[in-house]
Amino acid sequence: MTTNRRDFLTAAVTAAGAALTPELPRAHEHQHDHEHQAVPSDLTLRVKALESLLVEKGLVDRAALDTLVDTYENKIGPRNGARVVAHAWVDPAYKARLLADANDAMSDFGYLSKQGDRMVVVENTSTVHNLIVCTLCSCYPWPVLGLPPVWYKSAPYRSRSVIDPRGVLREFGLDLPADVEVRVWDSTAELRYLVLPERPAGTEHLNEEQLAALVTRDSMVGVTKVAPPQAGVSS
Amino acid sequence: MNGIHDMGGMQDMGPVEHEKNEPVFHAPWESRVFAMFAATGAWRKWNLDAFRHTREVLPPDDYLRVSYYEQWFSGLLDLLVRRGLVTAAEIESGVPAPGTVKATPPLTPDKIPAALPNRIHAQRDVKVSPRFQAGQRVRARNINPVGHTRLPRYARGKFGMVDRDHGVFVFPDTNAHFLGEKPQHVYSVRFAARELWGEQAPQKDSVYLDMWDDYLDPA
Repeated sequence: MTTNRRDFLTAAVTAAGAALTPELPRAHEHQHDHEHQAVPSDLTLRVKALESLLVEKGLVDRAALDTLVDTYENKIGPRNGARVVAHAWVDPAYKARLLADANDAMSDFGYLSKQGDRMVVVENTSTVHNLIVCTLCSCYPWPVLGLPPVWYKSAPYRSRSVIDPRGVLREFGLDLPADVEVRVWDSTAELRYLVLPERPAGTEHLNEEQLAALVTRDSMVGVTKVAPPQAGVSS
Repeated sequence: MNGIHDMGGMQDMGPVEHEKNEPVFHAPWESRVFAMFAATGAWRKWNLDAFRHTREVLPPDDYLRVSYYEQWFSGLLDLLVRRGLVTAAEIESGVPAPGTVKATPPLTPDKIPAALPNRIHAQRDVKVSPRFQAGQRVRARNINPVGHTRLPRYARGKFGMVDRDHGVFVFPDTNAHFLGEKPQHVYSVRFAARELWGEQAPQKDSVYLDMWDDYLDPA
C-alpha cells in the first residue's frame, strides 16, 4: 500500500478544499497503486506554482521569502549558540543569568527578546548529562541553532531518545559512565531547550572566540561533548 | 490523537543517520516551502498547534514515507485553503480567482528581524492561578483525545514531580482546532526513567516533559 509523491500532494490539495471541520482534516485518501517513482521536479513545479499564486494575491512578499531563506541559510545557526556557550564559559555571572533566564541573557547578543519566545538552558556537568528531543514533532531552538538537521527530526531519534538515551548517545560516539545522570528534555510545549556543554579540559589558554570555535551544534543538543582542541591544530 | 507522530518510546525505527556537513536545505523547493510557511503565518490565520496537527493527521504510512518539508507543504496547502487565504481552485489553476483584490503582505523584509524572536507567540500575559507548584508530586492524566494534544502516550498515567513553572501559555488541545486559547500554566515535570520504562531503566535517569495544567492531577 504505497502512493507516490504526486498522488500524495494532489490528494493533499483536494482534501484541503474539502475539509470543512477542524476535527481530523484527512489530508489524503489512500490509493492502492504500486508506483515508487519519486517526482522531485514535479514537486519543484508545484512549490513554484504556489509561490507565484501567493505573490500574485499579495499574500506574501517575494523579497521577504528571499530574506527568510537567506537568514536561516547564512545568518541564524549554531554559531549563535556557540557564542552564548563560550561567553558563559568565561563569565560565571553571565552563566548564572543564562541558566536562570535564558531570554534575558541571550538578548545581550540580540538572539532573543526578553518578552519573546521562551528558551531554557540546561547545564551539562561531570555528573549530569542533558539531551534535547521533540518526540511529537521537531521543536528546536531556532534562534541559537538555526533549523534542525534531518536526524533530529527523524523517527529513530525521536522514538528512542526518551527510552534509550544512552544507546542513542553511543551511536553518536558518546559512551556515558553509569554513574552520570541522564536528563532527557522532551520539548512538548513552547519552550526551546539548549544544552550548555561542559568546557573541555586543556582550554584554559583559549579566548572566548577560540572557545566558540570548538562548540558544535551536536554538543548543544546534547548528543556529543565538546572535544578539546586537537594537539598541533591552531584554534 | 494516538497517531504515528507520537513516537516517543517506540523501538526498531533503525539507527540515527547523521549526515556530515548537512546543508540547511536539501533542495531549493524546501527553502521556499519553509519561507512561504513563515511568511503566510504572519497573517495570524492559524497557529503552530494547528500546523502541527495538519501533519499528525497524515496517514501513518505517508507520515513515515514523505520528507519533512513535503509534510510542511501539504500542511501549508491545507491551512491556506481551510483558513480562507486561497481556494482549492486557485491552487489547481495557479492563478487568483477573477476579481480578486490584491492584498498587502504583512511580512516585508524590514519586519523580519523583529518578527523572528516572537515567531511562536504562545505565551500569554494574563493572570491565571497555577494549580501546581515546584516540588509537587503529580500524575499525568490518562487522556486519549482524537484531536491534537501535546501529552505523549508514554507519559500518560505516570507519576512525576513539578520541576518549575514556566508561566501561562495557550493550550494546544483547543488552540489547534481554533476552539480558544484556554491559557494556563505550563510546568517542566520530571518523570523518573524507571517510572516510564520500568526497572531496567537506570535508576537516576529521567525525562522532563512540559505539561499544561489540564494534563495533570495532584498525586
